[in-house]
Amino acid sequence: MDSTRLEPAGPESTGLESTGLVVKGLRKSYGGRTVVDGVSFALPRGGSLGIVGESGCGKTTTARMLVGLERPDGGTVHLDGADRSARPRARAERLARARGIQLVFQDPYLSLDPRIPVGACVEEVLRLHFALDPAARRHRVADLLDQVGLGEREAAALPRALSGGQRQRVAIARALAAEPKVLILDEAVAALDVSIQAQILDLLGAIRRESGVAFLFVSHDLAVVRHLTDEVAVLRGGRVVETGPTVRVLGEPQHPYTRLLLDSVPRRGWDPGRIAEGRRALARAESP
Amino acid sequence: MAPPLLEIDRLTVRLPAGRAARPILDGVSLSVAPGETVGLVGESGSGKSVACRSILGLLPQGARTEGEVRVRGADVLTRDRAALRRLRSRQVAMVFQDPRAAVNPLHRIGDFLTEGLRAAGTPAERATARATELLEAVGIQDPRAALRRHPHEFSGGMLQRVVIAAALAGEPELLIADEPTTALDVTTQAEVIAVLTRLQAERGTGLLFVTHDLELAAAVCDRIHVMYAGRIVETRATDDLFAHPRHPYTAGLLACTPRIDPHAPPPRPVPGRPLSLAEAPPGCAFAPRCAFAEPRCSAEPPELRPHGDGLAACLRADEGILP
Amino acid sequence: MTSLLTRPVRRPLLRRLRLLGNGPLFTAAVLLLGALVLVAVLAPLIAPYDPEALDLRSSLVGTGADHLLGTDQSGRDVLSRLLYGARTGLLGPLLVVGLSTVLGLLVGTLAGWRGGWVDALLSRAFDLVFSVPGLLVAIMFVAVSGPGLTAPVVAMAVAYTPYVGRLVRGLARQEKARPYLESYRVQGWSDWTICTRHLLPNIAPTVLAQSAINFGYALMDLAALSFLGFGVQPPAADWGAMINDGESALQQGAMLPALAPSVCIVLAVVAFGIVGEGIADRLARRER
Repeated sequence: MDSTRLEPAGPESTGLESTGLVVKGLRKSYGGRTVVDGVSFALPRGGSLGIVGESGCGKTTTARMLVGLERPDGGTVHLDGADRSARPRARAERLARARGIQLVFQDPYLSLDPRIPVGACVEEVLRLHFALDPAARRHRVADLLDQVGLGEREAAALPRALSGGQRQRVAIARALAAEPKVLILDEAVAALDVSIQAQILDLLGAIRRESGVAFLFVSHDLAVVRHLTDEVAVLRGGRVVETGPTVRVLGEPQHPYTRLLLDSVPRRGWDPGRIAEGRRALARAESP
Repeated sequence: MAPPLLEIDRLTVRLPAGRAARPILDGVSLSVAPGETVGLVGESGSGKSVACRSILGLLPQGARTEGEVRVRGADVLTRDRAALRRLRSRQVAMVFQDPRAAVNPLHRIGDFLTEGLRAAGTPAERATARATELLEAVGIQDPRAALRRHPHEFSGGMLQRVVIAAALAGEPELLIADEPTTALDVTTQAEVIAVLTRLQAERGTGLLFVTHDLELAAAVCDRIHVMYAGRIVETRATDDLFAHPRHPYTAGLLACTPRIDPHAPPPRPVPGRPLSLAEAPPGCAFAPRCAFAEPRCSAEPPELRPHGDGLAACLRADEGILP
Repeated sequence: MTSLLTRPVRRPLLRRLRLLGNGPLFTAAVLLLGALVLVAVLAPLIAPYDPEALDLRSSLVGTGADHLLGTDQSGRDVLSRLLYGARTGLLGPLLVVGLSTVLGLLVGTLAGWRGGWVDALLSRAFDLVFSVPGLLVAIMFVAVSGPGLTAPVVAMAVAYTPYVGRLVRGLARQEKARPYLESYRVQGWSDWTICTRHLLPNIAPTVLAQSAINFGYALMDLAALSFLGFGVQPPAADWGAMINDGESALQQGAMLPALAPSVCIVLAVVAFGIVGEGIADRLARRER
């Protein structure tokens, strides 16, 4: 069987796919260049899926299509049975979709409005999505910020007064404010220092345990994905080349590209010379 | 032992008053012997980039320095412009993080590679031949054609190879690589590292490898210096550092780095955040984040002292606090 | 009082633009413009004479204690006319800049935010307006609706709109791609709310810098129109019209009636230019 191409399940296979996020045959091209080429995967309720690959593999474009920042050229996206492939028509539908999937961006230095104190930034989301009286809303803001380890002092601060790690906490609190079913983390720890990165990873683990939100973890970092996901999909050239339980895919990779990625992770006793060998193996596998 | 190629000797760098409460480098000492690969590891703001730039005499504007940076025994910081130019073109070369920022996008790769040689008086033909040789050495296919191409025709990884080739053009004794693969994809990183380490071993060049990635440093370096808040907190041979870190910060870094091995425990975060330039605690800079800190840690700054086969700047390094 | 903490910080605009502390030239220009506004407001209180009072007996009196800047051919006090002239001199450009800024923000944001054919259409419209000289349009307007302040102001506002529009279009495109604005879209805000509440405040300082420069040019253009007799009509005091009036005095060897308003125009235009450039530089530095 051709392991480089995973065919989407046919429309007749219903059943479990009415819960969670189900993506089928997602496609996107820019000016004739296909960036996402028939990507399919499923993320069960409360699950955690990693999408890994190198720059240009289409992982970020996939994430952007899921939250409506890009419109797919083809394919379908369903969340708990509701179709979100077409453009939302009414305000209510737009809001319902926002409550379905939220996104945390890579760079916390760019993803917060520089003019708005972080408390207000979280409060805005609550005002948009929930009819709370002011007292209840303030309470919820404090709760959300507390959940990500921020206090009143940070709530009053402008983003520029906060460190990168603190800003990313704000971005997570803001995304959680909409109480989404799925939280997409697009390289959400890549811009942070290691010691801070571990704090955020820890925080994300706790959030998942407590809130039951499903994670879609988009990352180039296999080590991070290993610790945070149950399932993983490896993307290359806009296609899923391998998918399965994280432990299996990273433990016994089947596709030569997955193997190459794994061999590339630096560690003690690492032999970068093996990479060239891995590349050749990949080229052999990909030549017709 | 051969006399060290590079010696940084108690280097302190202070920014002009008002821009920082503490020195950005505080009594940093390190050395690189010919052919040796030394790692300088730290998080953002630790001073690792300032330290490696000081070797080329590149210091922040208005900075005041104490201590010495000696290359082959001669101080760099007191050199005049001409001497600095000689140093940069002949003795020490540097590879930066972003290859796109290091190369003039309007010039051909050939011009970029030969300009240093030509400036040093090599005839045009010899310089071109040498450039071709270098491109071949860094693994670029059809080097003759590559000479005529422009930077935008290369991928990031290929361009970083070109930058490495240019750095080696003057046959430097010391190569400084400041996060040379941070901007690259993992598979590309591996290839660039392979090229860098092979050439360095072949030529016996000393290499100072600066990175935030402890695992990468471990894969490349013989010896590692760990920096925190402008100071070196631990220096040790790589294997020893991983097996028996003596400084709680090193141990913290090791524990918080996510690992790919199937049996590695989940990353354990270090609480708190790195010291900003506006903070100048009297004691150990890591004490507020340290699980082993005692009252005296916040009172007196620990000296970098021999512990085991390396150095550590921790008052409790010999108490066996770390497993 | 948490609501106080979470409310957006609105620093005074002058503080945000940092009108002072930008070098001595910049400070001088700001002070000059401040003085100009003060003079325009206080003209009735500080002008020694009625600016339109004819006194043919004291025609072309030179500088002296009675008339600090002398009189013009009709014996009107030049200083008083200059002071009053500051009123139309500032009011006209203010209207032009106000109108063109509002129009430009509207059209530019629409083009930059929507993109696609809307952008293509509006951009061609900008080109079209650019290709017709503003002064010519103004003269045509005047020919249809008669001289005065209204027709030139409307015509100039139309002519200046593309300058603002094109700038806003570029800024809107650039900002739209920034994660902080994208995160508002992911949260489910409507485009209208994002543009008015978040995009505009963030691009406002840059647009204002351009408007300050436009102010100077509009002042010059309107003065040219009244010089040509299409703008403010005599006997009303206006710098452009004064230069026209002063022409015949020049032939009789009296420089001041024409020179004084010319100097005023030059100083005002240069001052607006310096302030605008200063703000733009400052913003560029802040952007790094």
